[in-house]
Amino acid sequence: MRTAFIRSLAELARIDERVFLVVGDLGFSVVEDFAHEFPDRFLNAGVAEQNMTGLAAGLAAEGFHVFTYSIGNFPTLRCLEQVRNDVCAHRLPVTVVAVGAGFSYGNMGYSHHAVGDLAAMRSLPHMTILSPADPREAAACAPALLASGGPGYLRLGKAGEPLLDGSRPIDLLAGPSCLDRGDGDVALCATGPILSEAMRAADLLRARGLRPGVFSCPLIAPIGDATLASLWAYRGVVTIEEHVAAGGFGSLLREHAPPKTRIVSLTADRNLTDLVGSQEFLRTRHGLNAERMVSACIALAEEVR
Amino acid sequence: MTTLSFAREIRRRTIGMVSAAGTSHVGGCLSMADIVAVLYGGGIVRHRPTDPHWDKRDRVILSKGHCCASLYAALALRGYFPPEELDTFGQDGSRLMAHVSASVPGVEMSTGSLGHGLPVAAGRALAGRRRGGDQRVFVILSDGELDEGSNWEAILFAGHHRLDNLVTVVDCNGLQSLGRTEDVLSLEPLIDKFLAFRWGVREVDGHDHESLSRELGTLPWEPGRPSCLLARTTKGKGIDFMEDSLAWHYRSPNAEMAARAITQLGEP
Repeated sequence: MRTAFIRSLAELARIDERVFLVVGDLGFSVVEDFAHEFPDRFLNAGVAEQNMTGLAAGLAAEGFHVFTYSIGNFPTLRCLEQVRNDVCAHRLPVTVVAVGAGFSYGNMGYSHHAVGDLAAMRSLPHMTILSPADPREAAACAPALLASGGPGYLRLGKAGEPLLDGSRPIDLLAGPSCLDRGDGDVALCATGPILSEAMRAADLLRARGLRPGVFSCPLIAPIGDATLASLWAYRGVVTIEEHVAAGGFGSLLREHAPPKTRIVSLTADRNLTDLVGSQEFLRTRHGLNAERMVSACIALAEEVR
Repeated sequence: MTTLSFAREIRRRTIGMVSAAGTSHVGGCLSMADIVAVLYGGGIVRHRPTDPHWDKRDRVILSKGHCCASLYAALALRGYFPPEELDTFGQDGSRLMAHVSASVPGVEMSTGSLGHGLPVAAGRALAGRRRGGDQRVFVILSDGELDEGSNWEAILFAGHHRLDNLVTVVDCNGLQSLGRTEDVLSLEPLIDKFLAFRWGVREVDGHDHESLSRELGTLPWEPGRPSCLLARTTKGKGIDFMEDSLAWHYRSPNAEMAARAITQLGEP
């Protein structure tokens, strides 16, 4: 995903001289080509995220569209006030890019678990927030965020995520993207690479004679009431996300859902701070997998029938 | 108008504004009044009040945003907006809020939380370098603000990147919220610290216009090094009952005190 993103950023930089990449001393084997091709629009700010974000705001105030790039919580939580005050309050074109969404860096420990970033970023003014599910969605993010002309947040996985679906038209700002309409009252919705679990859940459910709708939801902000209208055709929605409940994706849908819609959200346990392991292990221990989605979907289908 | 009479008028307006609005921070407004007067009244800052976004202007960022009253006064007196608008300072719905706001003509950046101005200034200076412009970026810091680690990230950065178009003026009034800067979190020796971070450093009496003009008029002092002017000042400067007093970080002069203070400043 990060490779797809950086390639698309380089393509953008070739045609738009405003594109500027600032990294927080991270991106080994990812950013070198960009740095080599655009030495005047690349900067390694060092391990100093507050300054990185402040100076990105300064560059943006002088006309650049700056992408700050780091991993996990470093470009978001470490410098949250710089993002809030220097970037967002001034409506400056700075896109914060964090690789390692959710439990991507699971065995690195809690410092590297990015499970509260959406809540923090969602609270900020003027932000466009994208959380793509696969390399194809990721490649469409940089152009969309550049076009937004203002502050943005891009939540990426890491490397090697599979292409989940190659056929859909990609229009990130249009809202939820449908992979399967289904034929029932329930839809499965995911944001980010954990869409793979929602797709696997749909397969498991089909084997049991149920065909839920399946949606990828890369757009987190801005969300108007109409943006999510395609989801409200269903009486029940099961969400999954690598993020805690507070301020996350399920919470977002609940803020906009009509009263008749039931939403069940699978979210990370905010208190599991000592648990370390692979992404798959952590997803399972936090109850974020296809099996849990299947049982939630079956129960919800019963309830709304 | 001489810079001295400009400074006196800035102080007079500032006291009237904070008194009418009942706001704090008059002490820090008065300690930096001479710095602002020399920057904007002494021909240091290249700017066009009728064209605040003129692309060749020097950028000025007030990082100690709580002391915006004296900057607003200077900007209004220089023609960025009508001085009568200063009467709205801190009032409901005014754009002259009590921490500096970029919605005010001539203000480059809103601040209020300390330690934000210098990193942004460094970014603007870097943009100037990368694009080849000759505009400078001035940032006014407080000394207490240097407790913030973000400043030292930016100081390290600016030295490393040889941003000699970046100028930091530190209003060293020696007092911060709960005490003397040296008692709260010792900053000295500041000269040595900035030198170690590869800056050019000068130290002046921050109320001596001749010294301020001389140093700020010969920038950069060393090619390839950002400049730091340590302006040694007195909090509440010019008003005997406010000078070097921690209380005036918080207190707002009532009408009688404000009248007494303005009398002390003398005739314009």
